[in-house]
Amino acid sequence: MSPKKTVEVVRKKKADASSKKTLTAINDSATDIFKKIMKKKSPEMTFPIRALNNVKYDPKKGFFELIGKIKTRALNVNTVKAFAQTLRMMGFSKELLEANDIATKREAYYVSKNWGDARFKEQPESDTVMDDVEAMFRINREQLGFIPEEKGGAVAGQLVVVDKDPTTGRDLKIDCTKFGSGAYSVPTSVEHLKFETKAKFILAIETAGMFERLNKHGYWKSANCILISMGGVPTRACRRFIRRLSDDKNLPVYAFCDGDMYAFFNIYRTLKVGSGNAAHLNEFFCVPRARFIGITPQDIVDYKLPTHPLKDVDIKRAKDALKNDPFVQQHKEWQKAIQQQVKSGQRAEQQALAKWGLNYVLDKYLPQKLKNNKTWLP
Amino acid sequence: MVKKTVKQVDHAERLAKEQKTISVSQFFERNRHLLGFDNPIKALSTTIKELVDNSLDACQEIQVLPEILVQIKKCKDENRFVVIVEDNGPGIVKAQIPKVFAKLLYGSKFAKMQQSRGQQGIGVSASVLYGQLTTGKSSKITSRTGEKKPAHFYELHIDINHNEPEVIQEKEVEWLNKVHGTRVEIELEGKYQRGRLSVDEYIKQSAIANPHASITYIPPDGKSIKYKRGTEVLPKEPGEIKPHPYGIELGVLIRMMKVTASKTIQHFFTHEFSRVSSNVAKEICDKAGIPVTAKPHSFGHAEADKLFQAIKKTKIMAPSTNCLSPITEEILTKGLKKEINAEFYTATTRPPTVYRGMPFQVEIAFAYGGDLPGDELAKVMRFANRVPLQYMQSGCSITKGVLQTAWKNYGVSQSKGALPSAPLIIAVHIASVWVPFTSESKEAIAHYPEILKEVKLALQECGRKLGIYLRRKKRAADEEKKKSYIVKYIPHVSGALQELLALSDKDEQQIQVILKAQLEKERS
Repeated sequence: MSPKKTVEVVRKKKADASSKKTLTAINDSATDIFKKIMKKKSPEMTFPIRALNNVKYDPKKGFFELIGKIKTRALNVNTVKAFAQTLRMMGFSKELLEANDIATKREAYYVSKNWGDARFKEQPESDTVMDDVEAMFRINREQLGFIPEEKGGAVAGQLVVVDKDPTTGRDLKIDCTKFGSGAYSVPTSVEHLKFETKAKFILAIETAGMFERLNKHGYWKSANCILISMGGVPTRACRRFIRRLSDDKNLPVYAFCDGDMYAFFNIYRTLKVGSGNAAHLNEFFCVPRARFIGITPQDIVDYKLPTHPLKDVDIKRAKDALKNDPFVQQHKEWQKAIQQQVKSGQRAEQQALAKWGLNYVLDKYLPQKLKNNKTWLP
Repeated sequence: MVKKTVKQVDHAERLAKEQKTISVSQFFERNRHLLGFDNPIKALSTTIKELVDNSLDACQEIQVLPEILVQIKKCKDENRFVVIVEDNGPGIVKAQIPKVFAKLLYGSKFAKMQQSRGQQGIGVSASVLYGQLTTGKSSKITSRTGEKKPAHFYELHIDINHNEPEVIQEKEVEWLNKVHGTRVEIELEGKYQRGRLSVDEYIKQSAIANPHASITYIPPDGKSIKYKRGTEVLPKEPGEIKPHPYGIELGVLIRMMKVTASKTIQHFFTHEFSRVSSNVAKEICDKAGIPVTAKPHSFGHAEADKLFQAIKKTKIMAPSTNCLSPITEEILTKGLKKEINAEFYTATTRPPTVYRGMPFQVEIAFAYGGDLPGDELAKVMRFANRVPLQYMQSGCSITKGVLQTAWKNYGVSQSKGALPSAPLIIAVHIASVWVPFTSESKEAIAHYPEILKEVKLALQECGRKLGIYLRRKKRAADEEKKKSYIVKYIPHVSGALQELLALSDKDEQQIQVILKAQLEKERS
């Protein structure tokens, strides 16, 4: 049969225990609803609220934690559509788990087109319901049989990833120094990976462009590190990969991003403490030991970087962070940095360092920044 | 030096020979825009407006239900039209016909403190003059005052230099189907067009504000439109009142004192004004330092000014307001209903009140939805003493009131500084013994704070009623939507549960029955 089928056979062996647990949870929940209906009681579903106002941040724990605000969806005229869709999504998950199949979020959206009036008009609607189900059972969507579309990050440098050969099940050593101008790509599921490394730190980079530059000039060799390109907001798999790698090998993690609000709060904050949306999973999908080495608002001044003016959305984002983000509220340094940036009204991209020469970033900027932890942000 | 003086005298004398009174007709010839004849489009509509106003006023005076014909005929020259307006009013006695139609500023309503459509007696003769100026043609009048009287036909011209009528032709004619009434025919240069500022619109709005009138309108295309009567009830005859001291101007006060028959100033105040008792008159005189027995004829400017200032400082009761004749909520709604096919109507008539000593009253009606276009700005119909106002919408205090109302409170959207955006007609009527227009062409109402306030209060009253209606409508729509939701989605709840728990078809059906019953119950 096709190679894909074989992969699934392997998955089946591994996924069984977890699948059974999930299937039981789905069954229990559906049974509860069914019993309530038969007793003519109003059936309900409860979810943790997935928003920043339902998380707290304890720097000692290092990630956004749910504070237990709960949303109850009782079945009534207003909720009947969402109720029906959530049940349909649970049914689809059950189908996947029983067949040991997987579906991407996009595929799940297309499957809903068979649900008649309960189908989703746009994918964001189906993603939301999927997130609801995930939160309802407090499990990862991969455990429900759903996988994300996007791949999570590229890796290069002093690292050997020990994976398993999907066909034989034997250990497979992948040397991340041997990809030349390419890179190792983080798989969607990283729980089974093992690592061998002598690197001193992990450098998580926002843009693929900067990653390419550092990789091409073998920065990982001179600095003895592992380079990971996040490609914008890091996916769950990428966050989990960095987390596992840094925990296993006790490596510090430095984030190197643009100097703007999006980089600070959508990329770095999510990497470090997780998001409000997936708060029930943050404990595992975060990297509390990450530090922000640049581009800081002070770097823009110190390195006389070329800038662009802040847009209205940047300023709104900044105000919002100051007011509502528990992470920012815990860190005075971040508050100061935001205020400094808003006051200056300017932002800078990491590639702006090219103004001082294409390789200034690896010759001067990174070595200087890494030496001086006073220029970092927590 | 001497020579120079002589020369100056020469100049003055020469100038003196050139200086003369100009007749009001001559003045009009040069300043036709002041009376609403600025361009051919407006000239046509102003002429019709003046004639129709006169006809409605005339019918009002003898308390007869108006039966009016309005016709616009195209002439060979495409810039020329013949305007015909015929009514069933009292008619005009023979001797008066030439003066009424061919002498400017001749009329009975001038400076009369009574609610009426026309006020200055200038409109109809101005139309005759305009026709004469632009086409050289004389106007044709037919009028009959009663069953036993013959109908008189006149062809009239205005002697512009002297503002006097010039009779071209005069004869007795037979007017078989009319016992009493007047027919006016004026040929003039004009332009006929459709749209917001058209004659068509004017006639339609007149029919709305005067539902007791039956109007037959024949536009140039010859396709007759009949505006049927919406009520048999005649409007209340408005009363006449004396001026209130607060509304008087110094010059008017001086003139009144010159012509009064009163021998003492106290008598003058109590008899020539409303709401002035002997005590109040005495108070005014005391404040002015003038004895109550002084003769008003002997007063100069200084005394008059003292009295004028004293009036301002004296507390005088507001004028009586029972002289006003509002359309009334019921009749105004009927007027809208018969001409506008909407789904919701509401109206409100405010209690009468006073600006500068002049009683006035505001009433408003809304028509919402139905055939009205939903994606356009609301349409404002303005009326003053039942006459539609078409021009200068933006300069009118009615429009200002509409713009300053917070329509969002009533479920109607409105961009900043714009009219509300909704399938809505807002008809605003102001009745007053003296409507303060911003100009003689009577197109916009001046921004008196009292008037603006009343307009806004009336809009709010109607707005609240509209808001209630719209909320109810939305609720009904929501109910409908919910009902369809139940039908649509319950089978998915049961279907999904059946799949999840491998339920029997019987259980699945059972779920549907239970849930439907529960959700239906919840709705009511």
